[in-house]
Amino acid sequence: MTHSDAECPHILVVSAATPELVPRLAQRFIVHEAAPENDGSDVSAPIAGSVRGLVTTSKAGATGRLIGTLPRLEMISVSGGHIHMIDQKAVESRGIKVASTPGISTPDVADLAISHLLSVARGIAASDRYLRAGRWATDGHMGLATQVSGKRLGIVGLGAIGSIVARRAQAFDLEVHYFGPRRKADVGYCYHDDLVEMAAAVDFLVVTCVANAETRHIVDEDVLAALGPAGFLINVTFGTADTSALIKALQTGALAGAGIDVYDDAPNVPQEFLEMENVVLTSHIGSATRETRGRMAEQTIAALCQHFGLSMP
Amino acid sequence: MTVDDVNTDVLFISAVDPTMLPKLEAEFTVHKLPASGREEFLASVAGRIRFIVTTGGGGADASLIGALPNLELIAVGTAGYEAVDLEAASKRGIAVTHTPDVTANDVADLAFGLLIAVARRIAEGERFIRDGHWRAGGMDFGTRVSGKRLGIVGLGSIGRTVAKRAQGFNIDVAYNGPSRKSDVSYAYHADVVDLARAVDFLIVSCPGGPETEGLIDRPVLEALGVKGILVNVSRGSVVDEAALVEALSNGVLGGAGLDVFAHEPGVPAEFMAMENVVLAPHVGSATPETRAAMTDLAIANMRAHLAGQPLLTPVP
Repeated sequence: MTHSDAECPHILVVSAATPELVPRLAQRFIVHEAAPENDGSDVSAPIAGSVRGLVTTSKAGATGRLIGTLPRLEMISVSGGHIHMIDQKAVESRGIKVASTPGISTPDVADLAISHLLSVARGIAASDRYLRAGRWATDGHMGLATQVSGKRLGIVGLGAIGSIVARRAQAFDLEVHYFGPRRKADVGYCYHDDLVEMAAAVDFLVVTCVANAETRHIVDEDVLAALGPAGFLINVTFGTADTSALIKALQTGALAGAGIDVYDDAPNVPQEFLEMENVVLTSHIGSATRETRGRMAEQTIAALCQHFGLSMP
Repeated sequence: MTVDDVNTDVLFISAVDPTMLPKLEAEFTVHKLPASGREEFLASVAGRIRFIVTTGGGGADASLIGALPNLELIAVGTAGYEAVDLEAASKRGIAVTHTPDVTANDVADLAFGLLIAVARRIAEGERFIRDGHWRAGGMDFGTRVSGKRLGIVGLGSIGRTVAKRAQGFNIDVAYNGPSRKSDVSYAYHADVVDLARAVDFLIVSCPGGPETEGLIDRPVLEALGVKGILVNVSRGSVVDEAALVEALSNGVLGGAGLDVFAHEPGVPAEFMAMENVVLAPHVGSATPETRAAMTDLAIANMRAHLAGQPLLTPVP
């Protein structure tokens, strides 16, 4: 290890939470950026041999192949709360430290869920399209929308995000129900140990649970059928809804509408969704606020500075 | 109700609820004001008309009121009553009712929906996806909603409901209106420019009419500022539309969510091309539940009048 290396460690940025992250990092580190749409493992051998820190996001993670090409890697600093896209075996076998920024985006994801609920039930996105197409003047008033306040809301997974969704929902006089592995002792909401049963009991279903083996496609054909032709699904967590069942339910009128922020094959979105009026689609923007991303970037930098014994830039 | 009611003649001008007309026809003798040949029509029925059923926009002007010698009540089936000539009505002792409060939940929901949609760029994001831009990279970031400061212009039933929604988002509420309310603890600003300067978001929920015309003008928009968001769910007349177009075009104001416009259904063409506005065609109360509640309240006022009981919701 050379002296200058010790003072100024090399960092590889696979994915940056904000445009400001790289210039900020560059004040303390020698920064290398992976090509976009790439896991970073094609960096040149001299760079790969010098990299001691890695910066990535929940979404981009770090592949086993990438970690394998970085023999001196000591730490991965993740902007975001999820580390499931980081190859755990590779990290554990080499004793590489992983830091993440859990919880920062939680209120924003909850806000997005409420926004999707209001946007799809009250037809806000469709209203905006209707006006911009000049249809108010030619076609008159739009059809009536669905009332939100005072209805029943089911939350799949009453974790950090779900609990905040529930608090927001109460301000809309919504009756809150939840489904999860166990009843929570500290809440008064109506608990269901069966998801189909809850879907049948509510008007709106918001999916906020963590994606894992048990929750993959937990929202299936039966759940959607129970939610019914007047029901709306709001999905802000990856992998939890069976997309083909959802498309079919929306196409056949078995479900009234859906608000969707996550897709199996993002940034590709099923063509069927793009042709529907009764869905509101956003591009995985649950944490995409200046406030959240800025704070994530700062914590990502702080974790690296701490590890390498440097002051914050 | 007595059997006589069916002989009460009602002039029907407009309704926002499709169930209004059949519900009226079940109880009253209904005459629909025709789009053309109004004078001939009135000549044949004017003497029999005791009630007018209309909307805030459909209204009832002085000439129409003057043409109905036996008019007793104007039942407006909306919360707003801006096109009803109150002076002409009161001179003749004609009562005017409207349907406040029952719209508060829906209008407050829409106000909040518009606010989050603008802040989090939902409508823009919809276009971004449907136009196929995501593959070329993500969208720019939005603005966090929770934990911010909200100003409410007009703390009536809608404003109070908006304030309640805001509490679920840890949002600090302040308000402006003709007077301080003694039953709330939100910060009061007697001056709307002061309010706009003190908040991140401004939701306009006051009544329309001459008293509030142009209340949200250029100084208010400047005070709200480059990161500020304006939401209007009251009446288009409350906002100086030309100043709003200019403020949004010049980056003086961050964004706007608009359900009402100065010349509906006309919408300034400049808005249509802006990414930082979310537009809705005056749908604040457009749910079946609320529209039916508005209709039922309008009819309940008519029944109360016939029964010689106090009106439920006369205009203030």
